[in-house]
Amino acid sequence: MNNIITIIKKELARFFGDRRLVFTTIIMPGLLIYLMYSLMGEGMMKQMTTPKDYVSKIYAYNMPAEMKDLFAPVKAEWTTWDGNASDKDRVLKEIADGEMDLLVCFPDNFLETVQTYQNSDGSAPQVELYYSSEKSNSLTAYNQINAMLDAWEEQMTNKFDVNRAEGRFGDYDQASETGMIGKLLSGLLPMLIMTFIFSGCSGVAPESIAGEKERGTIATLLVTPVKRSALALGKVISLSIIALMAGVSSFIGTILSLPKMMGDEVDINIVSYDMSDYLLLFAVIISTVFVIVSIISIISANSKSVKEATTMMAPFMIAIMLVSILPMLGVDVGGKAAYAIPLFNSVKTMSGIFGFSTNLPMAIMTIGVNVVATCVLVVVLTKMFDSENVMFGK
Amino acid sequence: MEELLQVKELRKTFQLTAKQQKLENTKEKVKVAVDGLSFTAYKGEVFGLLGPNGAGKTTTLRMLATLIKPDSGDAILDGASIVSQPEIVRSKIGFLTSELKLEDFFTPNYQYDFFSGLYGVDPQIAAARKKELFERFGIDKFAEVKYGNLSTGMKQKVSLVVSLVHDPDVVIFDEPTNGLDVLTAKVVTDFLLDLKSRGKSIIVSTHIFSLIEKVCDRVGIVIAGKMVECGTLGEICGEKTLEDRFFEIYEEKVGRIDE
Repeated sequence: MNNIITIIKKELARFFGDRRLVFTTIIMPGLLIYLMYSLMGEGMMKQMTTPKDYVSKIYAYNMPAEMKDLFAPVKAEWTTWDGNASDKDRVLKEIADGEMDLLVCFPDNFLETVQTYQNSDGSAPQVELYYSSEKSNSLTAYNQINAMLDAWEEQMTNKFDVNRAEGRFGDYDQASETGMIGKLLSGLLPMLIMTFIFSGCSGVAPESIAGEKERGTIATLLVTPVKRSALALGKVISLSIIALMAGVSSFIGTILSLPKMMGDEVDINIVSYDMSDYLLLFAVIISTVFVIVSIISIISANSKSVKEATTMMAPFMIAIMLVSILPMLGVDVGGKAAYAIPLFNSVKTMSGIFGFSTNLPMAIMTIGVNVVATCVLVVVLTKMFDSENVMFGK
Repeated sequence: MEELLQVKELRKTFQLTAKQQKLENTKEKVKVAVDGLSFTAYKGEVFGLLGPNGAGKTTTLRMLATLIKPDSGDAILDGASIVSQPEIVRSKIGFLTSELKLEDFFTPNYQYDFFSGLYGVDPQIAAARKKELFERFGIDKFAEVKYGNLSTGMKQKVSLVVSLVHDPDVVIFDEPTNGLDVLTAKVVTDFLLDLKSRGKSIIVSTHIFSLIEKVCDRVGIVIAGKMVECGTLGEICGEKTLEDRFFEIYEEKVGRIDE
């Protein structure tokens, strides 16, 4: 036990003694994720939404006076256009350039034609809306006017409505807002957490094992009376601590940037998990970190250099990505049997916790399976430390 | 004299890759590095393994240090088998070879404390011993300088000191003065003599005749993985110098050197 602690202390001293390593592995990922997601979110929101107090600038051609009442709820500054063909290019260019948002063209005698129109004759009068889908203000104006025209048209031929007024039994949609957000987070967060844990591990494990092989310092450890199992455990535990810290940093960065990334649509603050959920989540994450660190350590021990270890990790990274993305796609593979597969069980359990559908027995099984998998992997790593072909093979 | 080390029919082979076969100009897929090597070393003596490069000296010492396992044969070091009791063997020996490197990132001070911890040395004893060894080798002035920033000679001194943190009774040195400047080489040689005077058992491999002549009580000449001569310098050389006698043996066993 003493030797395990000595190895852990040395690994942590190596890591925390190098400020650059601490910055690039722990501080930078969280900071970068926060800045990147926040900027991305704000940028996307700016592109996709129109400010609430925005007044649309709309050209109207041949618009009947009665229609103005219909469009009254739209905050718009209407400009009448006479439809002069020679002026057409200027008007359309203004829309393309974003100086104006929309051109609404009504056919002659629009209201009369609509009143007398019969479905069977197949020549419904057409309202033309010219807009630019690449300009968010133009797109918003188009959607508003289009929706109003559609609603007005439906009103004229109305036979019955669905869910128009308040329901006699309450809300029609039985989903809670919390549940909706939970569903969103249950798809997104397991993937992010797995990615962060992996990137945290992959930043330090190759250096700690393949790096020691490459530099020849592992042989100095192997010639001491330290048990190979103590060496393997010491490495795995210390790397797990570092990977967990890197993962936590990335997780904090993500959580802080999530509201900015999702805009006003989602209020993360309304999601509240119990302390038991957090504890369970923490236990699942810890067991997952152990499995990932052990696998990366084995890959690393089997590599001759840090570069080779990094290359060899690529297939494992792809596997983690694939497994992590399944809840996001709404795919449920394997049923309960899937909880017996390390890492896949972590994704499923985390997805359940975030989606407010924690299955406690399966969560406990996940942690148990991951712990057993870690033990097996540590035994494999121990054997590798004891193998001269692996440690000193050319 | 009491036996310290009994090496019995040690054999070690290595698989050659296609690239290695090409480099060594051979079609053999297996290279015999050590071929049934046997010898005995006694407590309190300095035993030297002398041989050209590739003779199998380092491989033998790596097996004795339990870094690699023999294909067959065994060695009993102070009652412990290198095959079945490697951890006990490791706790009894100090092993210094250029193959063993220390982390560039850590200072000599940290390295000493770390390895003391791994060998389970009492902290007070370790501190007193560190002070003594650091002063003796002039490391104390560089105790807080990162290992990677030290000179080659100072690095070798730190490696030497670190290999002896647990004050082992058996010290195995592989080419201890290789690549060192004359001053550092003298410090190391003097230290070997000092260890000898304190009753430590030393096994040293080298191809430097003067080192063998200066420090070794007995010597084994290893050529092509086999022990071809073993005894005191007087028994092996008679009236000749070690160098002359070595080349004589070499030409007997292998052929003319210039061929």
